[in-house]
Amino acid sequence: MTDHNNIPRTTPRASATFDEYTLSEIRRAAATGIYDIRGGGAKRRVPHFDDLLFLGASMSRYPLEGYREKCSTEVVLGTRFAKKPIELKIPITIAGMSFGSLSANAKEALGRGASAMGTSTTTGDGGMTNEERGHSTQLVYQYLPSRYGMNPDDLKRADAIEVVVGQGAKPGGGGMLLGQKITERVAAMRTLPVGIDQRSACRHPDWTGPDDLEIKIEELREITDWEKPIYVKVGAARPYYDTALAVKSGADVVVVDGMQGGTAATQEIFIEHVGIPTLAAVRQAVKALQDLGMHRKVQLVVSGGIRNGADVAKALALGADAVAIGTAALVALGDNDPRYAAEYEALGSKAGAYDDWHEGRDPAGITTQDPALMARLDPVAAGRRLANYLAVLTLECQTIARACGKSHVHNLEPEDLVALTIEAAAMANVPLAGTDWIPGRNAGL
Amino acid sequence: MSLSIKPVAATGETVFDLAAQPLRELNCALHKLSADTNETFWRVLNPAGRHAVAAGLDAPVIVEIDGPVGYYCAGMNKQASVIVNGNAGVGVGENMMSGFIHVRGDASQSAGATAHGGLLVIDGNASARCGISMKGIDIVVKGSIGHMSAFMAQAGTLTVLGDAGEALGDSLYEAKLFVRGSVASLGADCIEKEMREEHRALLAAKLEAAGILGEVDISEFRRYGSARTLYHFHVDNVSSY
Repeated sequence: MTDHNNIPRTTPRASATFDEYTLSEIRRAAATGIYDIRGGGAKRRVPHFDDLLFLGASMSRYPLEGYREKCSTEVVLGTRFAKKPIELKIPITIAGMSFGSLSANAKEALGRGASAMGTSTTTGDGGMTNEERGHSTQLVYQYLPSRYGMNPDDLKRADAIEVVVGQGAKPGGGGMLLGQKITERVAAMRTLPVGIDQRSACRHPDWTGPDDLEIKIEELREITDWEKPIYVKVGAARPYYDTALAVKSGADVVVVDGMQGGTAATQEIFIEHVGIPTLAAVRQAVKALQDLGMHRKVQLVVSGGIRNGADVAKALALGADAVAIGTAALVALGDNDPRYAAEYEALGSKAGAYDDWHEGRDPAGITTQDPALMARLDPVAAGRRLANYLAVLTLECQTIARACGKSHVHNLEPEDLVALTIEAAAMANVPLAGTDWIPGRNAGL
Repeated sequence: MSLSIKPVAATGETVFDLAAQPLRELNCALHKLSADTNETFWRVLNPAGRHAVAAGLDAPVIVEIDGPVGYYCAGMNKQASVIVNGNAGVGVGENMMSGFIHVRGDASQSAGATAHGGLLVIDGNASARCGISMKGIDIVVKGSIGHMSAFMAQAGTLTVLGDAGEALGDSLYEAKLFVRGSVASLGADCIEKEMREEHRALLAAKLEAAGILGEVDISEFRRYGSARTLYHFHVDNVSSY
């Protein structure tokens, strides 16, 4: 007879489909009736630069001596039409982030850190503040659908203009800044009542499509006497065609932002399920430029999930002229710092995972307009941390470039790379490591 | 200077023929004008639908354009008075900060889009999205306006002597809308509001600025504004999102 009391039990097994996070989200949705909103970019694992490796030097490639032989890093953006292109000392820029979503101290710190390293920062939805203009030696002024704070004086005192069509976290989506962050100053800059939830439109109010955009860019050039480089930023969705159409529209620079790129706030489901990974976008964007004979003539900036010098080097090797960082820059300032662990837990999160930036209660004082929280961020010290971080990214990128025998980081090329996975090999159009197989090479894009 | 449709005394006239000279030269010359310039009156001939004519001005001058203009005429205007003796393309006076624009014909889509200040008068009709995302401008349209006008309009006034198309004032913030004729439909969160004495006075001031006070009966206008029910994101409003 079977002894029912002694039947071995199987180990409790959680569903891979209905995992712990999924179950918690279903319970949250059932309790509230509204979707989850958060900041940041895609958190799911997607093919990324980690899936690529550099080959380095060998019998047929000669390395450069570290600490001795020069490996240049400067980059010029906007050489196509602008009278005054942007000249950066490093190929790493700071992505657009608004005053409003970020505190004034955070914007100042971004400006201080970037300027110390000879690179640019970018405004965001809500206009340009005097603080960020004052602390950024090179400032890119975003031209967004909402046009909050847009005015010709700021347009003329910017160093470049970035027409934002979309961003990687939410291609096709607008924005929402909740009332907690709409202080008197933020409201005044956006011409809105204090304390209301502020929506940012998903489409521009006075142009639709590339033919209109060409005319819009002409207007912006006329207003600024053809001095400023004009970028067009798109979320990674159809990067081949979007890049080609941006070039057709007259862009000096195309910015392609992958799904790992952060946002101040949008629906979790949007972030995780719309748009494609950065890795999948770079080669398509580069191919569009090459097919048009515009590679290196119209510069390409890639963003979304750049974390270290290897990511920078890989993006450049695939054909980008520069990268932009957002989330990593905020972490360098102090975002999600473990020293605030207890406070993150009190907010129902934990250091390293906190993403309710839209609620304005950021313990690190970065994604908030609360005066007491804002005061926690010392803009001088935070700016120094960002400068240090940018220096490390640059040194790491140079280290890899020298190992590949390159005297300029722009000399890195796809032939320096292999892929660890079939997916990455297909997306990056480089061979699977140890083989000469590039999946889909003869099948077009 | 007070905004008015009345002619401003001009001290001289500079004629610029776009059939013979490039647009870049015109805008470059206009951008170089200082606040105390003596070249206060400019006449532009043969615009032939060119885009961005007189865009980005920042001086108290008058620019009169004889003929139709393309997109973004007088875009981001500050201080200047720009008169179009013809029709205007998309986005006339977009993001205007101050000054005066007078279209003596019809205007295409997105007239006065996102504009922060100044006065835009359109003698004819304005197409869709007139005053979209307006942020303080005063717009007076003597004819009718198209659909989705004053979408997400934040501040300023939109006065229409004729009719308004569908979804007027959708997702409206604090802009004030006055329509004399019919309204095909109101957009989300836009409602008709009581026309009180202060609103009649406000409307009269805008009509006076447009030079037509006394030509229309203020009592014929109806006022529309935001119900302010969508100002805070809430699950109860989900059908409106």
